[in-house]
Amino acid sequence: MAEVFFFIAAFGALAGAIGVIWDWNPFYNVLSLVGHLLSLAALFLLLRSEFIAAAQVVVYAGAVMVLYVFVVAYIGGEEPHVRPLGPSLKWISILFVGVVLVELVIALAGTGLKALDTEGAAFDPAFGTPGQIGELLLTKFLLAFELASILLTLAAVGAVVLARRRKGVGIEDNESEVYSVMDALRPAGTGTMKEAVSGIPQVHPREDERAEIGAGGEKERGW
Amino acid sequence: MNITWYLVISAFLFAIGAGGVLIRRNPLVILLCLELMLNAANLAFIAFSRMHGNGDGQIMAIVVLVVAACEVTVGLGIIVAMYRRRLPTDVDELRELHG
Repeated sequence: MAEVFFFIAAFGALAGAIGVIWDWNPFYNVLSLVGHLLSLAALFLLLRSEFIAAAQVVVYAGAVMVLYVFVVAYIGGEEPHVRPLGPSLKWISILFVGVVLVELVIALAGTGLKALDTEGAAFDPAFGTPGQIGELLLTKFLLAFELASILLTLAAVGAVVLARRRKGVGIEDNESEVYSVMDALRPAGTGTMKEAVSGIPQVHPREDERAEIGAGGEKERGW
Repeated sequence: MNITWYLVISAFLFAIGAGGVLIRRNPLVILLCLELMLNAANLAFIAFSRMHGNGDGQIMAIVVLVVAACEVTVGLGIIVAMYRRRLPTDVDELRELHG
């Protein structure tokens, strides 16, 4: 029975992988990856790694793929103008992939490890349970656990910094980034480092100031 | 099923992912193909973990999962920034790193 499930899951994983690289709408690529991940979770279950299988479904097929779907929906309106790959380059790529595949199969299956032709170690009820994973994470692999949490924090901050709405080049911002009480007291343009270097700089008037100079037709003023 | 079967499937998945990175030019699809390759490595880790009856490979798979999540976040952030700034979405045209 395990053989039947293995071949169904393996076929699903391979078909999903081919669907990911197939040249069609990126939305279908993402959906194929979801199918691929679910099949892979079934393979993990067959290898008795129930916690990883559950994490795969919840974290990957759930959260990460939702992120992908949102991004595809966000940018999907405009068709990316992508030049088609030249035929020679394509065949070289396929040849390279074939070489990588043969090499990997030789490296993985040709190691001569005796246990490769068995079904693995003897059955252990504790293997792959959340208890075992948690114990390993908090004892033997504590450093990796902490580093992973730091990495996640950095990635979250980095993504926010990367994807935030920037002001375009050439558009100067009219409001200073940092506000202080003294801003209300001093004349515009004074009290800055720039003034110390080159005199009172040209500043753009704020909204409320623009109203009072608007009558003069003046776009900019010294201070 | 023998462990070899799982390893061969893992090799196939990795090769398909590598082929996708080489053939496709949409940066979003290239990110998806990177996911394929990471997952192929995960499958190999878990197969070896099962072979030895040892949980270390599963911890490694979890770490790979975390790294993949980070890669997705940063990669999608870059792609969204690219689309916002109307940069070309062909990876061959994005040769320069300066902002």
